Amino acid sequence: MRVISLPRIGTVPAWRSHARALAAGGVPPGAVLWQLDAPEGAPSDLFAGAPAPEPPAPPVTLTLPREAVSAIETALHHSDPERFARAYGIVLRLARGDLRWGDRSDPALHRLLAQEKAVRRDIHKMHAFVRFREICAPEAPRRTFAAWFEPDHPIVEPASSFFAKRFGDMDWIIATPTLTARFVSGTLSFEETRDTAPPAPDATEALWRTYFTHIFNPARLMVSAMTSEMPRKYWKNLPEADLIPEMIRTAPERAMGMIEAAPTVPPKRAEKLRRGKV
Amino acid sequence: MVKRTLTDKLAILADAAKYDASCASSGGQQRNSKDGKGLGSAGGSGICHAYTPDGRCISLLKILMTNFCIYDCAYCVNRASSRVERARFTVEEVTRLTIEFYRRNYIEGLFLSSGIIRSPDDTMADMVRIARTLREQENFRGYIHLKTIPDASPELIAEAGIWADRLSINVELPTETALSQLAPEKSARTIRSAMADVKTRREASRERSHKGTRPRAFAPAGQSTQMIVGADAATDGQILGNAASLYGDFRLRRVYYSAFSPIPDASRLLPLKRPPLIREHRLYQADWLMRFYGFKAQEIAPQSGMLDLEIDPKLAWALGHREMFPVDVNRAPRELLLRVPGFGTRSVDRIIAARRHRSLRYEDLLRIGCVLRNAQPFITLPGWSPRALTDSADLRARFAPPPEQLSLF
Repeated sequence: MRVISLPRIGTVPAWRSHARALAAGGVPPGAVLWQLDAPEGAPSDLFAGAPAPEPPAPPVTLTLPREAVSAIETALHHSDPERFARAYGIVLRLARGDLRWGDRSDPALHRLLAQEKAVRRDIHKMHAFVRFREICAPEAPRRTFAAWFEPDHPIVEPASSFFAKRFGDMDWIIATPTLTARFVSGTLSFEETRDTAPPAPDATEALWRTYFTHIFNPARLMVSAMTSEMPRKYWKNLPEADLIPEMIRTAPERAMGMIEAAPTVPPKRAEKLRRGKV
Repeated sequence: MVKRTLTDKLAILADAAKYDASCASSGGQQRNSKDGKGLGSAGGSGICHAYTPDGRCISLLKILMTNFCIYDCAYCVNRASSRVERARFTVEEVTRLTIEFYRRNYIEGLFLSSGIIRSPDDTMADMVRIARTLREQENFRGYIHLKTIPDASPELIAEAGIWADRLSINVELPTETALSQLAPEKSARTIRSAMADVKTRREASRERSHKGTRPRAFAPAGQSTQMIVGADAATDGQILGNAASLYGDFRLRRVYYSAFSPIPDASRLLPLKRPPLIREHRLYQADWLMRFYGFKAQEIAPQSGMLDLEIDPKLAWALGHREMFPVDVNRAPRELLLRVPGFGTRSVDRIIAARRHRSLRYEDLLRIGCVLRNAQPFITLPGWSPRALTDSADLRARFAPPPEQLSLF
């Protein structure tokens, strides 16, 4: 058994070069144990350092459709520990012509495509629900913001280029339970997360909460439509989410109030406008 | 009167803006701020940054510049004769809110609309000034949607299209009669000619000169509109026919349907009964069928003129056209597959890609992502035959919710 240990930062490029080398050496999928480096001095895997010779297979050169490469690499950001082995197996079968890309009747490929979709959704939700808070005086020449976010999968690296493109004129940090992305003076870097405390609220947050409450129309309460797109697991890191229960509770009463209120007499100004206009 | 704080104004002017359903922030020009000299990006698929308990997303900061208004449209919360509280933002306030919200990743950009103050031109000029300030002074590269005022001068609309990604003009009501009754100051003709003007400018902005240079982009994310449903007696058939002509004549990106909602301080002219929200939902489904599934408006809206509220319009069409079914999934052309209930556009693409390599079986459809419960009576392929199901008299009952017994108490 060959043990491949992948770094926690830059996991996917490392997997790619290992997969290429293993395929070129004709190493079958069953002969590789893939694992992620332990965070810091954690005990290593039971099987590590016990390589057993395997009968070599003919070498395989990996040439794959571009679409396949991008989907496989996205799926490698899933939290499933089997993802590295599954992807290596699929890559070999695709390269040998034993599997057609996109064939969902193949259980392994079906699983990989489902995981790719889950990762894309997780990245999309990170782009939507990261909330920055300003962490230094707004007068500084380059403003600095920080956010704490808890994704389902280890997606900080693929999700961060979006923020670098969007928030190019400010410095920012996004910390997650595993990795932290840091963007300083236009340079993006990643590191192990050290500080797990969310940043303190800033003054603009109160305005955002005002907006959130007032853009809501109590006459069309549809809670499940909200939670299907903004599941409760995200709420604890959204500064507006603690307002939701009260908004739901008072909505029926507010809507009834609008329906029951008798039409009022127009103010005097309206009459003046009417006469002035015609 | 005590001077209103920014928070007070935001509360009033967000309250005033929430009846506009439009929220899209996708498409248009690709922009980013990788150069470090500006803020924002746009051009991908839009992002919904939050959801309120009405199930609607917050993608843009949707506010009115002011809710003072000299018009008296009966359905509008901001009409001159309403007693709602009034407020007005300054250019700096809107700019500051947009930029500060954007920096915190709350929004994709700004959707600015306004009541008409002084004159349509004065109002439009102020809105254009806000968009220009965001672009030129703040180097804002996020999304801007401006609600244009149909009576404003063409020069102002021309400038609005340079700063904004999207322009929209609301047709407001599905029929001209209703518009003249409920919105006496607005005219269907002015609205349509303003739309035609935007369309012409958009087309001109995409044509290269003889030297091959491209003129400045004009509203690169297109134009959209909104119709209020249920405030007048228009049928779904009329609404969809109107939408089809708007898509055709003015190349609109989207028509939004907004079920008339009870508003604070409603006018006497309006029905107090609200239309069912499901009607709005069915109209959106029908709209999707027209835009992505090759249906014509007349095909979807039945004789009676109203959509079936209990089942979706695609299923309703299939039930009314049993002679076309069952469809052979391995042979049918794309246009016919798109008409099968339970098959979405993506499922159809996958079916077509997969059947090039081998004959599809029933089990494959599940993995492809089809909704088989809806599709079963209408398809045939190895592993499945609907037999008499396609023509069975009680097929509708399989899908519609069971009739409820009326309670005596």
